[in-house]
Amino acid sequence: AEGAVAGAVFQVWVFVVLFLIMLPAMFGLSLGVTGVYIQVLVKILEWATVRIQRGRMEQPSVPVPLPNGIIERAGGSMEEEIGELRNSFALSDAFYFYKKGLESIVDDQVTQRFSSEELASWNLLTRTNQNFRYISLRLTIIWVLGVFVRYCILFPLRITLAIIGLSWLVIGTTLVGFLPENSVKTWLSELVHLTCYRICARGLSATIRYYNKENKPQKGGICVANHTTPIDVVILANDGCYAMVGQIHGGLMGVIQRSMVRSCPHVWFERSEMKDRHAVTSRLRAHVAAKTKLPILIFPEGTCINNTSVMMFKKGSFEIGGTIYPVAIKYDPRFGDAFWNSGKYNMVSYLLRMMTSWAIVVNVWYLPPMTLQDGEDAAHFASRVKSAIAHQGGLLDLDWDGGLKRGKVKDSFKEEQQKMYSSIIVGQNGISSCSQSTKVE
Amino acid sequence: MGSRASTLLREEEIEEIKKETGFSHSQITRLYSRFTSLDKGENGTLSREDFQRIPELAINPLGDRIINAFFPEGEDQVNFRGFMRTLAHFRPIEDNEKNKNSSASEPLNSRTNKLLFAFRLYDLDRDDKISRDELLQVLRMMVGVNISDEQLGSIADRTIQEADTNGDNSISFNEFIKVPPVDGEQDY
Repeated sequence: AEGAVAGAVFQVWVFVVLFLIMLPAMFGLSLGVTGVYIQVLVKILEWATVRIQRGRMEQPSVPVPLPNGIIERAGGSMEEEIGELRNSFALSDAFYFYKKGLESIVDDQVTQRFSSEELASWNLLTRTNQNFRYISLRLTIIWVLGVFVRYCILFPLRITLAIIGLSWLVIGTTLVGFLPENSVKTWLSELVHLTCYRICARGLSATIRYYNKENKPQKGGICVANHTTPIDVVILANDGCYAMVGQIHGGLMGVIQRSMVRSCPHVWFERSEMKDRHAVTSRLRAHVAAKTKLPILIFPEGTCINNTSVMMFKKGSFEIGGTIYPVAIKYDPRFGDAFWNSGKYNMVSYLLRMMTSWAIVVNVWYLPPMTLQDGEDAAHFASRVKSAIAHQGGLLDLDWDGGLKRGKVKDSFKEEQQKMYSSIIVGQNGISSCSQSTKVE
Repeated sequence: MGSRASTLLREEEIEEIKKETGFSHSQITRLYSRFTSLDKGENGTLSREDFQRIPELAINPLGDRIINAFFPEGEDQVNFRGFMRTLAHFRPIEDNEKNKNSSASEPLNSRTNKLLFAFRLYDLDRDDKISRDELLQVLRMMVGVNISDEQLGSIADRTIQEADTNGDNSISFNEFIKVPPVDGEQDY
C-alpha cells in the first residue's frame, strides 16, 4: 500500500514539474500560479504586520526599526558648521570633528550596506525577526505553517527545478556547440540559455517585472547594473541573452562555464589574467568592437551591496568604449532577502536560504543608453551612469567604494578633509608650500 | 541582526546600563545591535581596528583621538558597558531632565560633563591643563600637512593668549569653558 502511495506522489510530482513548469518555461509562458501565490502572500504579510503593530503597543520592549538610521543627524558640511573662511582657529572647531566622528560610530553610511536591510515589518522569516513570533499565538501558528510550507513543499520543488535547469544548460549548450557557426546555432543557443534561466527563475519563485523594454541592451553594447546577488544574472538573462564576464572557476561552476562558452562567446578569464587590467580591457574591447556579439554584462560595483544604495562604479568598465545600457534592479524585501553577504554565508548556504524564502519579487528598469561625452573622463561618466541607476531604482547614491567591504579606506580621503579645514582657518592663500598642489578643493 | 543581539544581553544588564547612562530600553538594544555588528571577532569587545573599519571615522582627522576616548587607560579592548558609558556623554538632554534641579550626581550628559569630555580630548596627559604642545598636536591632526610649523605655532600661541586668564601659558578647564563661542558653534 505504501508503495502505491509513493508511486502516486511521484507521478504527481513529475506531472507538476514537467507540464506546469518546464514546458511553459521553454515557451516563455506563465500559468499565473506565481501571481496568485504572491497575492496570497501579500495578504498574509499585511495581516502579520498589523498584528505586530498591535503587539508593539502592548509590549513596549519590542523595538521599532528606523529605516533612516538610528540617530537623527543635525548639521551640515564643514563650511556650514565651522564657518566660511573665518581665517582663524577656535578651540570649538574640534567639536565639529568629534560630533561627526561619534555620529559615525553610532551609525555610518557605509558598513550598513554590507549587511541585510532591517525591515519595517516582519516577513515571517526567522532570519529577519526580533522574536516577533512570540507576540501572539496566531502569529506563531502562521509562522510554523510558513516554515513547513517553505521547507517541505517549496524547497524540494525548487531544488528539482534548479537541478533540471542547470543540467539542461550544460547538456544543451554542449550539444549546440557541435553545430557549425551559423544563424541556426545562434538561435538555438539563445533558446537553450533562455529556457535554462527561466527554469532557474521558477526554481526561485521569482516574479520579475521588466520596465521600458524598448531600451533593452543591443548587440555590441555593454550592460551595466547594480549588484546585489549572483542571482542578478538569472534575473537579467530571463529577458535577453548576454555575454557573461568573469573568472573561470573550478568544480561545478567551471563545468557550467566551459559548456556555456561552446555555444556562444562569453568572456571567461583565468585568475592570472584578471590581475592584468590592460589585458582584460583589450579583450572586452575586442568583443564589443565585433558588433555582432551579444552585449556584455558587467557589474561595476565589483561586489554585492545590500540593495539599499548604489556604491562607486569602477571606471574600468567605462573605458572599453561602445554604448552603455544601464539597468536598475530592485528587489522587494518583503518576500525574502536577496542580498548575498559573502562574509557571512558561502554560496551553498546562500542558495539554500534563497530557496527557502517565500519568493523573489524584483523590478528591473532598462534605462536609455548612454555614451561618453566629449571632454568627460571615465570616472565622471561612471558616476553619471550610477546616479541614473540609483535614481530609477529608488536607491541611495553613494560615492563610497564597495571595496570597503574588505579593505581599508584610502588615506587621501583624510588628507582631503584636512586640506578643507586648513583652507577654512587660514584662507585659500595661506596654505603653505608644505603641500604639493596649490589648488584648494 | 535583531534576534541574536537581544538574546545575548540580559534584562538585568539593560536595567543597570539604563540607570548608569540614562538611555532607554530600546536605545540600549539598538546600540547593542550596533556594537555586535562592529565586533567582527565576536568576542564581546571592540578593539581599535574594529573602530577603524568605519570608513567615515577612518577619514576623520581626529578619528584616532575619538577612538582613544573609548578605551580606558592602557587597555585595548572595550566592552559594551564601556562603550555605552562613553556614548552616554552625547545623549541629548531630554525635556523631562531639563527641569530636574537636584540629583545625587550630575548626569553623564550634562553640559559640563560634555565640555569636560571635549577638554580631555585635548588634554592627553590629564594634568587638567592644555599645554601649547597638546594644542599643537590636535591642530596638526586637523590640518595635516597643509600649514607650516611656524604658522601653526603662531595660531596656537594666539589661541592660548586669548583664552589664558591666569598667565600660566596653558588653558585650564575653567578658561576652556569661558571661551566665547564663535559664530556657528553648536550648543553643547
